[in-house]
Amino acid sequence: MSIVVTAKNLARYYAVSRGTFARPATLKALDGASFTLERGKTLAVVGESGCGKSTLARLVTMIEVPTAGSLNIGGEEIVGASSATLRALRPKVQIVFQNPYGSLNPRQKIGNALEEPLLVNSRVSAAERTDRARAMMESVGLRPEHYDRYPHMFSGGQRQRIAIARALMLDPEILVLDEPVSALDISIQAQVLNLLSDLQQQHNLAYLFISHDLSVVRHIANEVMVMYLGRVVEQGARDSVFGNPQHPYTQALLSATPHPDPSRKRDRILLHGELPSPLKPPAGCTFHPRCPKVFGPCSTFNPTLLEHEGSLVACHAVNEPKADTEAA
Amino acid sequence: MALLDIKNLTVEFKTASGWFRAVDNVSVTVDKGEVLAIVGESGSGKSVSMLAVMGLLPWTAKVTADRMQFEGQDLLSMSSKARRKIIGKDIAMIFQEPMSSLNPCFTVGFQITEALKAHLDMDRQARRRRAVELLTLVGIPAPEQRLSSFPHQLSGGMNQRVMIAMAIACSPKLLIADEPTTALDVTIQAQILELLVKLQKETGMGLVLITHSMGVVAETAERVSVQYAGQKVEEQPVTGLFNDPHHPYTAALLSALPERAKGRKLPSIPGVVPGQFDRPNGCLFAPRCQLATDLCRNSVPMRVAGTLCHYPLRNGKPDSHPGKEQAA
Repeated sequence: MSIVVTAKNLARYYAVSRGTFARPATLKALDGASFTLERGKTLAVVGESGCGKSTLARLVTMIEVPTAGSLNIGGEEIVGASSATLRALRPKVQIVFQNPYGSLNPRQKIGNALEEPLLVNSRVSAAERTDRARAMMESVGLRPEHYDRYPHMFSGGQRQRIAIARALMLDPEILVLDEPVSALDISIQAQVLNLLSDLQQQHNLAYLFISHDLSVVRHIANEVMVMYLGRVVEQGARDSVFGNPQHPYTQALLSATPHPDPSRKRDRILLHGELPSPLKPPAGCTFHPRCPKVFGPCSTFNPTLLEHEGSLVACHAVNEPKADTEAA
Repeated sequence: MALLDIKNLTVEFKTASGWFRAVDNVSVTVDKGEVLAIVGESGSGKSVSMLAVMGLLPWTAKVTADRMQFEGQDLLSMSSKARRKIIGKDIAMIFQEPMSSLNPCFTVGFQITEALKAHLDMDRQARRRRAVELLTLVGIPAPEQRLSSFPHQLSGGMNQRVMIAMAIACSPKLLIADEPTTALDVTIQAQILELLVKLQKETGMGLVLITHSMGVVAETAERVSVQYAGQKVEEQPVTGLFNDPHHPYTAALLSALPERAKGRKLPSIPGVVPGQFDRPNGCLFAPRCQLATDLCRNSVPMRVAGTLCHYPLRNGKPDSHPGKEQAA
């Protein structure tokens, strides 16, 4: 089987203190996400800030434990697993962070940064660590003389290459990419995206690609998951989500993305207002205060993710067309 | 007469190792009611050239220009007192990163009325009424209450609206927006761009939009100026730029966009923007250009029909180019 991650109704809640005498509030950062990750394939997670993308990344990388649901990585259930199992699993999942300026230690040479994962997680000799680090540097397009340099001597694109190389040092099966190109210029972004797609083929990696840039997602993803306030609103193959967006939020997101073609006619769906506070999410469908298609049940019932025209969509207007006509 | 007329603007910064030229002979004109976009990657000098217009550069900067006029008045030779009367009133700027550009110690209302107090003869009540009116104009709900909020109590999108309200407080004739949407989510970005264009249409002011996003350019600008490493390499109306880019850099930048990609591999631009110590002798883009010949590497190109290139492209074909063999 090439499926390496299976998540079912994954959730993560945080308790937020509201002062000495008030009871802590529950923040539902992620509320029921189900997906699978396959080797050699890319699952993209899109959504605005605060939609739970990064929480998802923290769960899959086992930095945090899920509050509810099940998460199976490489055939092992990680909810309630012993620390020994987790330790054995961690090298299989690696992460590349958004900001290459903040994620590298400024006082550590590149060579040492690349060798550190091996030092911590394996019993390889010093000579072999160096060899592997140099080989990895070559495969991500860094020159051998970069081995002894410090992070400040590199540009943003090169730093992101270093971060990717470091993530690959332990030969992982799953790579979590948390906005890997959003801090980079267009020409450098193209270089890094090409590198990522080459590496995916070479190492047969499963990517969990987190991004808010829909054009990048459309380029790199096989499957797409659109999230809003901790909930998955639409999920499906790339062509079905981009070709036939069904959830009003997906449609709005797509139409809000500026397209580099001045002749294209603009029929923007402008969303009014902003993301509500996740501490006090609206009742019913969390999107209903901003939704252009809002009707009867939206403010009372939370829609479930149901299959509709090839994708999974969580929307009353899509899943209950009868009720829609009644309301109209 | 053009609203803003700059000819051969050069900005140099004093560094420990000599003068660094951040802006190199850039000419810009903006007419009334026109939207000019300045595009370029980081380090291309697009922000610095507009900060020079505003007179906001630090003392380490040396600004020289053949001409820098606003409505026929010379900005360089006038006294700083006279210049301060124009800056903030007739020329206003929206800065990037609203969170760090607003003063965290003062309320939003105080910061908006500050400009009114300095430039217009209004009493306290009139200023307050104007501030409420401005906040309504930029689409902030409950403006009376918002006047007494501090920046940290508002979201990024709201803070950006406050920045816009501050900039348009004195009904400027020229508005410079420096990456106004870079820090924002796509749906909020769409709202802010819509708002800027609407304000520009209603008031007939000139708008200079500094951005690195080709999508934003295509959707909002009328004329586009492309900058690379401090130089203006090309200027064209927006449709012309996207359909028939004349400079190889513009062409390469456009084809590196994921939206325009044909296959899985993006045509990326190799290398990085030259810095202070690796500035080429000839054309600055030559080391990264696929069409570069010895002529490009050794001699500085002339500007032909708005394009700074030895072999400007016409319908994708380089003009009088000796052939690919010699380019290598």
